[in-house]
Amino acid sequence: MYSYTEFDDAFLAERNAQFRAQVERRIDGSLTEDEFKPLRLMNGLYLQLHAYMLRVAIPYGTLNGTQMHKLADIADKWDKGYGHFTTRQNIQYNWPQLRDVPDMLDALAEVNMHAIQTSGNTIRNVTADHFAGAAADEVADPRPVAELIRQWSTDHPEFQFLPRKFKVAVSGAPHDRAVIKAHDIGLQIVEQDGVLGFQVIVGGGLGRTPMIGKVLYDFVASEDLLPTLEAIVSVYNLLGRRDNKYKARIKITVHENGIEDIRARVDARYALIRPQFTGVDQQMLARIEADFAQPTFKTAPLDAYTAAYDSDPVFRSWADTNLADHHAPGYAIVSISLKAHGATPGDATAHQMHVMADLAAQYGHDELRISHEQNVILPHVHRADLPALHAALKCAGLATANIGLISDIIACPGMDYCALATARSIPIAQEIATRFDELKLEHEVGPLKIKISGCINACGHHHVGHIGILGLDRAGVENYQITLGGDGTQDAAIGERAGPGFSADEIIPAIERLVRGYLDLRSESTETFLQTYRRLGLAPFKAALYPEARANAA
Amino acid sequence: MAKPFTPKVVTANALLEGDVIYQTATGWTRDLTQAEVLTDEADADLRMIDASQQIDLVVGVYLADVDPDPVPQPVHFREAFRANGPSNYAHGKQETL
Repeated sequence: MYSYTEFDDAFLAERNAQFRAQVERRIDGSLTEDEFKPLRLMNGLYLQLHAYMLRVAIPYGTLNGTQMHKLADIADKWDKGYGHFTTRQNIQYNWPQLRDVPDMLDALAEVNMHAIQTSGNTIRNVTADHFAGAAADEVADPRPVAELIRQWSTDHPEFQFLPRKFKVAVSGAPHDRAVIKAHDIGLQIVEQDGVLGFQVIVGGGLGRTPMIGKVLYDFVASEDLLPTLEAIVSVYNLLGRRDNKYKARIKITVHENGIEDIRARVDARYALIRPQFTGVDQQMLARIEADFAQPTFKTAPLDAYTAAYDSDPVFRSWADTNLADHHAPGYAIVSISLKAHGATPGDATAHQMHVMADLAAQYGHDELRISHEQNVILPHVHRADLPALHAALKCAGLATANIGLISDIIACPGMDYCALATARSIPIAQEIATRFDELKLEHEVGPLKIKISGCINACGHHHVGHIGILGLDRAGVENYQITLGGDGTQDAAIGERAGPGFSADEIIPAIERLVRGYLDLRSESTETFLQTYRRLGLAPFKAALYPEARANAA
Repeated sequence: MAKPFTPKVVTANALLEGDVIYQTATGWTRDLTQAEVLTDEADADLRMIDASQQIDLVVGVYLADVDPDPVPQPVHFREAFRANGPSNYAHGKQETL
C-alpha cells in the first residue's frame, strides 16, 4: 500500500504544528470559537453532544496492521478504549479532550494517517470498494487511482471552500460495493477495447433530497481523469448554490441545470485546463500502482478448511455468511462483523483492534479494510488458515456470522452522540439485532439490509436500505419513518416511504411484522426481500406494517 | 401575544473537556440539578450575554427548557441525553452521577 514520501511527512508535520498552535491560541483566549471552529473542522475535530469528536480518515478504507494497532493505542490512551468505524470508511473517537488532540494527530502521523478534510466544504476522504484488490469480479484495483485523487484533492488550493462538502467513491468491479451512485462523483473502472478507463457518474447523494447519480461520461481515459475531475469540481465551485445550504450539493446543481448543461460546462472548462496536465499525474500514478502490487499468494492444501467446514457447524455458518470470492485460487475475502447481536454497529474495542491487526499480520498479508457497512475486512486469507482465524476471532467476540443479514445493520451515531441528530439510531439497531437473534430467524430471512439514520442528513444511508429507518423528532418525541425497496448497488434505487412513522416502542414490532410479512409473500426461500419487493411493490408490505389500516378498511 | 416565558437554564459545552455544563449563580456546574433556573426573560438575556462572553471557558451557549420542580429536569429528550450520556454505554455524566 501507499507509504508517505518525505514531502507527505513534511506537509503533515507542518499542518499538525499549525493546529497545535491554533489549539493553544484557542485555549489562551486569543482565538474566539467563531475563529477556531473552521480551523478545527479542517482538522476533523467536531464538538458533539457530550464531547469533542475526532474523525480520522482511512483513505479508501485501507490500512495495515501497524496502523490498526495505532488506532487501538489512541483509543486506549486518549479515548474510552474503543473507536467507531463509520459509513465513510473513517474512524471516529467520541471522547477526546481538546488539549490532547494535537498529540493524537502526531500519533496518527507516525503511521501515515491524519484527519485533514474529514469535515468542512472540501473534497472528503475518497472511498472505495472494500474488496478492492481482492474481489473475483474486479476489472482493476480502484485504490491506486483513489490514492491519486486523495493526493490531488488534499489541500487543493481551489477547492478548500466549495459550496458544500464533496464526496468521491471509486469501484473497480461491476458489482458496486461502494455505493458510487450516491456520491457527488462516482467512478467505475471499465474496459473498452482492451483499454481501462472510467465511467464518470455525477450528482448522486442521499440526505434531505436523495438522488441517484447520472452518467456524465461513459468512458474517460486514465490520463484524462484528473483534468476531468478538476473540471467538474471547478464548474460546481462556481455554479453550486451558496445561498441555501440545503441546495448546495452538486446533486442539486445537476438537477437544476440538467446533465446536458453540466456536461457542456465541464467540456468547456476541461478544454481550458487540459493542457496544464502534462502527464506528471500519470507518472505519479505509475509509482502508486507499484505500491499496490498484489501480495505473493501462497498455495496450501485445503484439507484443514474442508475438515472444519464438514465437521463444525459454527464454522460452516460463519464461512457461508462472512466469506466472499477472492481472485486468487485457494483464497477468500473475510468480513469480520462489528455487529455482534446487541452491540453498537461499527464499534471495536482497542483489544479487538489489536486482535484484528495481529490476525492480519499472521494470516492476511498485513492488510485490513474498513467497509462502508461498518465492518472490517481481511482481504487476503488462504482458506487453509480460516479455521485458526475463526477460532481466534471467536475468542475476541468477532466471529458473528451475520454479514449481509438482518442484524448487519448500518447505523449512524444518532442522538446518542451527534449534535445534528433528531433521534437515536444505535438502540434501534441493537434491539432489532437482539430481537431477530432471539427469534433465530435471520438465516431463514436471508440477505436483507437495514440502514438507520438519526436525522435527514442520512449518514446511515437509510434511503438505500432494503428497509430504511429515519429517526425524527415529532413534537418532542422520537419517531421512526420506514422506507422500503432502497438499493445501494449497481441497481441503485431510493426507497419509498411506507407510511406514518412509529414510536421507539413501536418500531421493533413493526420491523418484525414487515419481515414476517415478507416470509409469507416470497415466492420461494431463495427470493430475497428486495426481489419480493420489486415483484410485488409497496402495497402488501404496507399491509403487513399497518394491520389496523387493513382491518379498518375491511 | 408573545408566548409566555418558560423556565430555562443556560447550557454550553466546556472548552477543554467538551462536556455539557450548566450555569449557576456563581459559575458553572456539570450537574443539571445544580443549575440556576431562569424564570424571567430579561434576566435570561443578561445571563446569556454573561455566559457568551466567557470565551476561554465555554462553547455554544444556549438556553434550554427545564422542568424546575423539585430540581431542574430536562424537558426535551435531547437535553435528557446531554444531562446523562449516551444510551449504548454507561459513559458521560451517568458514570459519575
